[in-house]
Amino acid sequence: MTSIRSKNFFKTYIATTDHRTIGIQYLVLALISVAIGTLLSLLMRIHLVWPTWPLSHPILPEDYLAIVTIHGTIMLFFVLTTAPQAGFGNLILPAQIGARSMAFPVLNASSFWLTATALLILLSSTFVPGGAAISGWTAYPPLSAVPGAGPGQGLGMDLWLVSIALFAIATTASSINTLTTIIRNRCHGMTWERLPLTVWGWFTAAILSLIAFSVVLAAILLLLCDRHAGTSFFVPNGDLVSGVIHHGGDGSPLLWLHLFWFFGHPEVYIAILPGLGLTSMLLANFSHRKVFAYRTMITTTLLIGFLGILLWGHHMFVAGLNPFVSSAFSISTTAIALPASAKVLSWLATIWRSKPQYTTAMLFSLGFVSLFVTGGLTGPILAQPILDEYLHNTFFVVAHFHLIMAMAGVFALYAATYYWFPLITATTKHPGRLMSEPLGHLHFWLTLIGAYAVFLPMHLTGLAGEPRHYAQLTGIPGPGGSLSPTGLLLAQTIPLNLHITYAAIFLATAQLLFLFNLFRSLRKGQFATSNPWRATTLEWHPAMNPFPPIPASDIPVITVHRAPCHYESTANGDTSLPQWTSDPVSQISIEDTTNAKPE
Amino acid sequence: MPAIITPNKTDQERKRRLEDHDGGSGRRPPTDKRTGGGGDGDNWNDRSHGRRGPYERLHRYRMGIFFALASDLMFFVAIVSTFFVNQSASHLNVYNHFVDTWVPTVIPPILWLNTVVLLISSGTIEMARRTMFHETDVMDEWLGLGKPITRRALPWLSATIVLGFLFLAGQWIAWRQLASQHVFFRTNQSSHFFYLITGVHAVHLFIGIAALIAAFTGLYVSRQLENRQILVDSTAWYWHAMGLLWLFLFTLLAFFQ
Repeated sequence: MTSIRSKNFFKTYIATTDHRTIGIQYLVLALISVAIGTLLSLLMRIHLVWPTWPLSHPILPEDYLAIVTIHGTIMLFFVLTTAPQAGFGNLILPAQIGARSMAFPVLNASSFWLTATALLILLSSTFVPGGAAISGWTAYPPLSAVPGAGPGQGLGMDLWLVSIALFAIATTASSINTLTTIIRNRCHGMTWERLPLTVWGWFTAAILSLIAFSVVLAAILLLLCDRHAGTSFFVPNGDLVSGVIHHGGDGSPLLWLHLFWFFGHPEVYIAILPGLGLTSMLLANFSHRKVFAYRTMITTTLLIGFLGILLWGHHMFVAGLNPFVSSAFSISTTAIALPASAKVLSWLATIWRSKPQYTTAMLFSLGFVSLFVTGGLTGPILAQPILDEYLHNTFFVVAHFHLIMAMAGVFALYAATYYWFPLITATTKHPGRLMSEPLGHLHFWLTLIGAYAVFLPMHLTGLAGEPRHYAQLTGIPGPGGSLSPTGLLLAQTIPLNLHITYAAIFLATAQLLFLFNLFRSLRKGQFATSNPWRATTLEWHPAMNPFPPIPASDIPVITVHRAPCHYESTANGDTSLPQWTSDPVSQISIEDTTNAKPE
Repeated sequence: MPAIITPNKTDQERKRRLEDHDGGSGRRPPTDKRTGGGGDGDNWNDRSHGRRGPYERLHRYRMGIFFALASDLMFFVAIVSTFFVNQSASHLNVYNHFVDTWVPTVIPPILWLNTVVLLISSGTIEMARRTMFHETDVMDEWLGLGKPITRRALPWLSATIVLGFLFLAGQWIAWRQLASQHVFFRTNQSSHFFYLITGVHAVHLFIGIAALIAAFTGLYVSRQLENRQILVDSTAWYWHAMGLLWLFLFTLLAFFQ
């Protein structure tokens, strides 16, 4: 807390327990991770269409798979889980509920450093003998359970498992902190129904983390036992791997799939739930409307979380599930379309016939809605076991989850960054800065076009049969020196893949604009007023802003008087009624009731 | 923490009667047990957090422990469901014969004794926990009349530590007994689980003993009563949860193999 003012760099930025600094630490970690992840994806795209460039020879398949694995792991865990939930969750959440700090500051700091350690371990696995893990972010046994199964399944796999285990512990600790903070540290008047929907998003995601991450921790423990202690939880009897027959108990690889996806599916909701809440709040803020059906939005957030833990089986339709089980998971998966559509309807109803203020943050929120719909519509298709038989492991799936999780998630992060930038940059010496709006607009349009140009065609190549995780699409030899049927099939997708690669380079280049804007605005951005967006939520309260402000004990008592997003139309235009201002009319009426109370 | 769901009267400012020497800090006892305030409608929840009365931090830590235990429960649920899946697994051999490789591990009888030890330890730590909140002793400490709470809680806490070590020793003996019958971790499916479940639980108890020792030291070192209460209270709830979990795991290993 007091470290904000000290000159000591170590105390201020490294050994700090201040939640805002920890939030920024998480965001920096996510920024580094997303840069690495994006470069890896470019490498993959370039290699798919120009296998002999920039090296003179193609990348080995196992190296390509290692790139896929690190890309997926880093993006999902260290970007989409840390940035919205832990990054903005620390930076904004306490202020938004009128709390002075998180519930457990030391635990908070340890979670961050554990996460950073996990990232370092993951990255270091690239340099060990045998290379990094190659089994994707899902690490399916039996290959992942047998160290001798192939390249990357030795020390690389161990380091991957340890990294994810540490990440799981860190995220569990962090979600304990988030939940306790939301429940116990709210200010006077901040009832459950008045919580901003972002807080509801963080709350639900934290519950999911609490449930899911300990399951994956248990699964990793079992897998490590299989690898090193001679057990066979996941390896079936008589399994032949690399010429060695496994003689052990009757393990089941399907069991790992169950345990992993029981975690894995909630994990993708953890990534997107804060974004759902943020979108509701930003759309309402910039169109000066109430959130349409606020209570229903709270319910749908919780419902998405609840259904999110009941539908893991839809990742396993082709893994040998009982068909009746597939039907059950298909139903629960399709059911999630209900709360999701309710959310989309609420977003549309909120902005319907309003005159929104098209700031960059608003544009990115609208982009989020667009991507959520486009990516979401392929969900019910993939949820049909019979269609999934064909589409499983094709680029159709890749397109689906990149649109709804990766792109939508990143759009929410961009919206959050443009929106909360003044709160990130404010210091005791000067107020916060705004990011450049013209550059932001340009960045938005280029990113939107790029996102669709990359991921829409992937549906088509997927429908044409292009499988995931293939290192090379050209020159797959068949019998007699001719192209194999697979090779012929994949050769047809080359033109479209070429387009995707060009679009990916375009999309990645457009992000340089954001980086330029970010670093330029940190130093030279225009100063913001204390509530530049006329927001109604508490993080813009004058006492919370400028960030990092006065010592905690000096903060005046903050009281919340109403739900967020109250705007009133008067003759002079719209006025916003922030949550913290008291309403003079209702105050008088309450005075009366107090006096009428018998002594 | 505002506990109500529907915002009905939260806009209402509490009336402060300055002429009646009511500075807004709550007028005088008796304490309103329901709201925790100083009576007369004073409600600690109306204050900013950090100023919500003596048990605010305690309740926060307790909630943190409960969330941690909930997550820990999921950890064990995952392992136990693996147990049931692997138990029912089997395969067809090369002669197309159905082979069930599950050989139940017969649990060493000492585990019954262990269970009793753990149950007693739950009792002793509950005594320690309750001592921490004994009202007259709290008042004595507050007035500076010695440290009666520490004096009364220490024996119970020490007894718990001893019982905890006894349990771990019993667990060690159980493993040795199984090993002498040539049942090791890697022997068969059932023994994987026996060692894994008891081992993971022992690690949890080890952490619990570390917490007990921390609480023990805290009783000596910490001058603030609240810190001591939090240490003992959190450890106690963790310990109870481990006892309960053990009952569940022991039943599983003893009767559902």
